[in-house]
Amino acid sequence: MTAVTADATPGGRSARGLVELVFRARELSLVAALAVLVLVTTAVNPNFLSGQGVKDIFLNTSILALLAVGQSLVVITRNIDLSVGSVVGLVAFCTGKFVSADPTGRGVLTALVFGVAIGAVCGLLNGLLVSFCRVPALVVTLGTLYVIQGLDHYIAHGQQINAVDLPPALLHLGNEGVLGVPYLPVITVVVMLAVGYYLRSYPSGRDFYAIGSSPEAARLAGVPVRRRVLAAYLFSGALAGLGGVLWLARFGTVVADPARGWELIVVSAVVVGGVAIVGGVGTVYGAVLGALLLTTIGSALVVLKVNSFWQQALTGALLLLAITVDRVLAVRVTRLLRKRSVRHGA
Amino acid sequence: MMTHSSLRFASAAIATSVLALGLAACGGTTKDSPATSAAPAQSSAAAPAKADPNAPVKQGLKLAFLPKQINNPYETIVDDAGIEATKEFAGTAKEVGPSDASASSQISYINTLTQQGQDAILIAANDANAVCGPLKQAMAKGIKVVAYDSDAAKDCRNLFINQASSEEVGRSQVKLLADMIGHKGDIAILSATANATNQNTWIGFMKDELTKPEYKDMKLVKVAYGDDDDQKSFQQTQGLLQAYPDLKGIISPTTVGISAGARYISGSKYKGKVVLTGLGTPNQMKQFVKDGTVQKFALWNPKDLGYLAAYAAAALSSGQITGTEGETFKAGKLGEKTIGKDGEVILGPPFTFEASNIDQFDF
Repeated sequence: MTAVTADATPGGRSARGLVELVFRARELSLVAALAVLVLVTTAVNPNFLSGQGVKDIFLNTSILALLAVGQSLVVITRNIDLSVGSVVGLVAFCTGKFVSADPTGRGVLTALVFGVAIGAVCGLLNGLLVSFCRVPALVVTLGTLYVIQGLDHYIAHGQQINAVDLPPALLHLGNEGVLGVPYLPVITVVVMLAVGYYLRSYPSGRDFYAIGSSPEAARLAGVPVRRRVLAAYLFSGALAGLGGVLWLARFGTVVADPARGWELIVVSAVVVGGVAIVGGVGTVYGAVLGALLLTTIGSALVVLKVNSFWQQALTGALLLLAITVDRVLAVRVTRLLRKRSVRHGA
Repeated sequence: MMTHSSLRFASAAIATSVLALGLAACGGTTKDSPATSAAPAQSSAAAPAKADPNAPVKQGLKLAFLPKQINNPYETIVDDAGIEATKEFAGTAKEVGPSDASASSQISYINTLTQQGQDAILIAANDANAVCGPLKQAMAKGIKVVAYDSDAAKDCRNLFINQASSEEVGRSQVKLLADMIGHKGDIAILSATANATNQNTWIGFMKDELTKPEYKDMKLVKVAYGDDDDQKSFQQTQGLLQAYPDLKGIISPTTVGISAGARYISGSKYKGKVVLTGLGTPNQMKQFVKDGTVQKFALWNPKDLGYLAAYAAAALSSGQITGTEGETFKAGKLGEKTIGKDGEVILGPPFTFEASNIDQFDF
């Protein structure tokens, strides 16, 4: 849908503008929902918007948002990566084990390289299976979810990473920052802007949307479908690896399988953020906003002293709402576009 | 260049082998102790029905530890200590167990151990009733059953080794916190899941302790549940501190909760203003005791738990005890232990860790 690229007629241009407006509206509505949530919570408890409160929200969101950026790239190509939670767990544990073996010699940079490399290998495996073996993504990544989790259990075997064994610099990465701005959100924002810009402005970036809109048409148009899908998985894996290192830095204590079950939270954030699960539509900004919204709901409910059982119910309701809105919008936009093309006598 | 089909075949082969590796990792593993005695084990079916406190410990006893799941760091410490203790009385021990802590996952392991004719099965039950049938069959064959850490139903085991009495855990946590905040101010509890039996029992005793007159200036404002999840425990801690600005102390009687809470507080403006205590392991809390976030916390010694369980199993299998209330047995370095009501043996009071002693422990 948004992949209406090569159409240079006036009608086409304004149609594209219309479509963009509709999806900008999605991001705006997310911002509005977030604003209402924050305002209501702050009205009840002003501490929610204190310096520490805001810092907490951004820190809580960072890792989820990072995973959501990687996931949205995959979902845009009409695929899914369910293995991210397991990858985060594997990377957090292995990196912890690796740096704690020599906490003075192995610093933050080594940890980051090590973690991202493991994540990238996992992503490569997913990507090869999906793009070259043509196995459905849902099955492949469900399989690798369990494989990686099993591997993690095998390696961990009842051990635990403790904060005291980690290099202090790595722990500082998790909760300190520059000029009062914590490192984690900065990393996430930089990644988000870079990916957002790439998807928006590079021809190869537009390919991802083309593949998601219609894989067959994209292939016929000469888009290297397999290579792009492989790249999406590789990138998602690498980001999950980065997320794993940040997880280690933030929580300090890691047992066998942290981030268990996070794959579904990530997918929820992406869908709530306006990336269509059928591919071809959405932005990483939306996905990050989705992650921010879901995390803020969790924090707000605690501050509002609402029973935390409600958090899951609310997340589910938001998902249903997002999917409904997507469907309604899609139908409206298609109808509008059809009307226009008739008027322009196409 | 590879043709498409051969490439596909190759990738599928890689995938299959990776899958197989993963499955192997998921499956239960057996950890044999490098123990000494190779004496053929005799079935203890002939064990006398009457306790003979002076009976010698049998040689070459075969014990099997069946933890809730093999990946749990805490259970690993307990079982390793138990396997080590078995060597002291020239027996052999091993650890087998499932990779997930679901209710039914231990059943097949119990059946296998029964067929192998172990002298005793030591189990941390995932579900008090689900393991009952197989355990009864094992007992019918003369195998002694000792539950530790998490009890099985009373008539499905001979003994339960309780790490500490629930009452003592609950009350001592309140005392520990009260001493640090001068018996005054708002306090909160950060628990695991809302329906965890042991947590709720402890919290019950904490609330009861707080009704005593010496705690009249302390008020429990909230019990929060972090679900033993890092992120959730972080958010719950943040929420508690925001919602109750006058909060003086938090008790977190769960290892995940206390380490997440400490990690959050150590990097926030609340460090030094809020006292955090609870149940945690020394290794996990070392960092936070050293940086001043946490002064004191408690736990029983999991190594002693495994040690005591092994000795109790040996005493049962040797006929020194039968599991009735009032019987006593010698538990190596831990001295003499007495069986209490419902076949429970209590390890002892929780141990308090602080800056001065934390470096002496490594678990």
